[in-house]
Amino acid sequence: MAHIVIDETRCKSCFICVNTCPKGLIKKSDRMSTLGDRYVEFVDENNECLGCAMCATRCPDMAITEVYK
Amino acid sequence: MVSYSDKQLIKGNYAIAEASVKAGCECYFGYPITPQTEIGEYLSQRMYDLKRGYVCAESELAAINMVIGAVSTGAKAMTSSSSCAVALMQEALSYACSDELPVVLINVMRAGPGLGYIYPAQGDYFQSVYGGGNGDYKLTVLAPSNVQECIDLTYRAFYLAQKWRNPTMVLADGLLGQMMEPASFGEYPYPEVDNSSWALTGAKGREGRAIYSCARDEDEHNAKIRRLFEKYDLIAKEETTWEEFNTEDADVVLVAFGSMTRNIKAAMKVLRSQGIKAGAFRPVTLSPFPTERLNQLADSVDKFVVVEMNMGQMINDVKLAVNGKSDVKLVNRPVGEWLSVEEIVAGVKNIIGDKTYASV
Amino acid sequence: MQVFKIPESMKKGFKYTFCPGCDHGIAIRLIAELLDEMGLQEKTICATSIGCSVFLYDFLNVDCIEAPHGRAMAEATGVKRARPDKFVFTYQGDGDFASIGFAESSHAALRAENLTGICINNTTYGMTGGQHGPTTLIGQKTTTSPMGRFKETYGYPVRIAEHIALCEGTAFSARVALDTVPHINQAKKALKKAIQVQLDGLGYGFVEILSTCPTNWKMTPEEAHERVKNEMIPVFPLGIFKDKTEDN
Repeated sequence: MAHIVIDETRCKSCFICVNTCPKGLIKKSDRMSTLGDRYVEFVDENNECLGCAMCATRCPDMAITEVYK
Repeated sequence: MVSYSDKQLIKGNYAIAEASVKAGCECYFGYPITPQTEIGEYLSQRMYDLKRGYVCAESELAAINMVIGAVSTGAKAMTSSSSCAVALMQEALSYACSDELPVVLINVMRAGPGLGYIYPAQGDYFQSVYGGGNGDYKLTVLAPSNVQECIDLTYRAFYLAQKWRNPTMVLADGLLGQMMEPASFGEYPYPEVDNSSWALTGAKGREGRAIYSCARDEDEHNAKIRRLFEKYDLIAKEETTWEEFNTEDADVVLVAFGSMTRNIKAAMKVLRSQGIKAGAFRPVTLSPFPTERLNQLADSVDKFVVVEMNMGQMINDVKLAVNGKSDVKLVNRPVGEWLSVEEIVAGVKNIIGDKTYASV
Repeated sequence: MQVFKIPESMKKGFKYTFCPGCDHGIAIRLIAELLDEMGLQEKTICATSIGCSVFLYDFLNVDCIEAPHGRAMAEATGVKRARPDKFVFTYQGDGDFASIGFAESSHAALRAENLTGICINNTTYGMTGGQHGPTTLIGQKTTTSPMGRFKETYGYPVRIAEHIALCEGTAFSARVALDTVPHINQAKKALKKAIQVQLDGLGYGFVEILSTCPTNWKMTPEEAHERVKNEMIPVFPLGIFKDKTEDN
């Protein structure tokens, strides 16, 4: 099943992935880092993820560490 | 011992160049400047024949940084230049001290300041010993006085650079560079130094290494500089060398470095022949400086006369060494024709108050 | 099936110290992926430069020598001449490569050194806080061109990839961007060629990477990528300006 793995300790809340996911599966979270920045969450209740890895390709911090197709 | 037949008549610059080849220099990088250009000219053919590295660099800045790049891989490499162009290299020397890289640099001094001129001088003592780069660092500086020493000290520069992982400079001058004398190369007399613990060879079977001077932690930075200076203390303890002549009973000791050593030795003999108890002292390593020995000598010597082709640079280190125990005076000319034996003798007599033969 | 992972050539447990949205992270990842794919990690020596690019040695698990500002190409030349069997590349900013180090960069290309140069062009001096640099665009406001770069005082920005392509010894020169997924994929292809020309002994390989500096541009990360598309690419067109490889 296609999905991604996010390493929150690497995330700097630039939200590029939020804009990149063609299915809109990555959302700003309500949870915040110690700096007060919102994390991102991968929410895929209907198994829509394509495993296209565009999110990981554009993430400048390799916070999306794994993508499965 | 060197047998007579080993000797050949050779110019100082060529002697330095061939000595670097015999010392195992794998790469030479340089930019032309008189009076050291023969080193690069000679090596351009020699290194090509030996299939070693040679680059006619686009500037002295590039040349010294190419040396840094080459020695960072564990190779022996050097550049050569002259005064105003060595000034361009000071940034890289500061980096190389911080990075602890065995850079070898030959400085065949010409006259400054600025462009100055191509006749010899000794105006780079401060630049070499105290450094023109930023931050706390020390080069190891060796000053030859004849063509044979151009060879010997080039050998030693490669060894000391490797042994201590510190940039080492051979401070010659235009006189030595352009002079022909009989000299013998022999074989490179020092052991090879193992550099496998730090050299950049590719991260095979180990973590990637980084050689850098960038400091991001204040405590680490302090500790690093203190460690560097502990190393400089060790270098001073183990490597300080000098020559002294007739100092046992001397009232006045002439002090000079580099090729001026030749003239103070001759002047000493003339003064002795005229009843003045003169001695001569010559640091071979300018950095580390033979401070302790000069301080000991100051217990019995009344006067030190420092003879330099500059406005008085090494005299500061002599004064610091003597530390007020004896009088320290200067006989000098800023640039150009070397002070003759007669001029030195006259200068010394003037200083010690013996006007009988003074003629200057 | 796993289609994305952290490259093996990255240091274990690394964390980028760049600002949010900075493209340095993507550029370094592409290099790491290529070192993995081309089996080069164990024979690589990199000359890093001064600026944000200096921290490469914190992230990439290869041997690195830190060069003084502008001298990366000189140090890389020294490394390559001493160890011709190694893969040697530099990772530099535009100020380092094309301002203070332009002589070293151009002459390495003119000497046809078997080296790979990677230059991050973000139209400003990022680490020092966003000053006017060699690639600052006409009209761009920086801390040292507060009224915008106007040609009468500041002159014109340099097109680095075209300049390097003019050098006889250059085997490959290209400009790429990292603002979109297709551009990132093109960037990786260009980097691969710039590496391959060195391995094949064809000469100097060079890639200029248009990159963001959201902090100093005072933009959000996505606004910064919009700027790359709308303002930078029209002045610095993407493309390959020289390619001596056979398949060209």
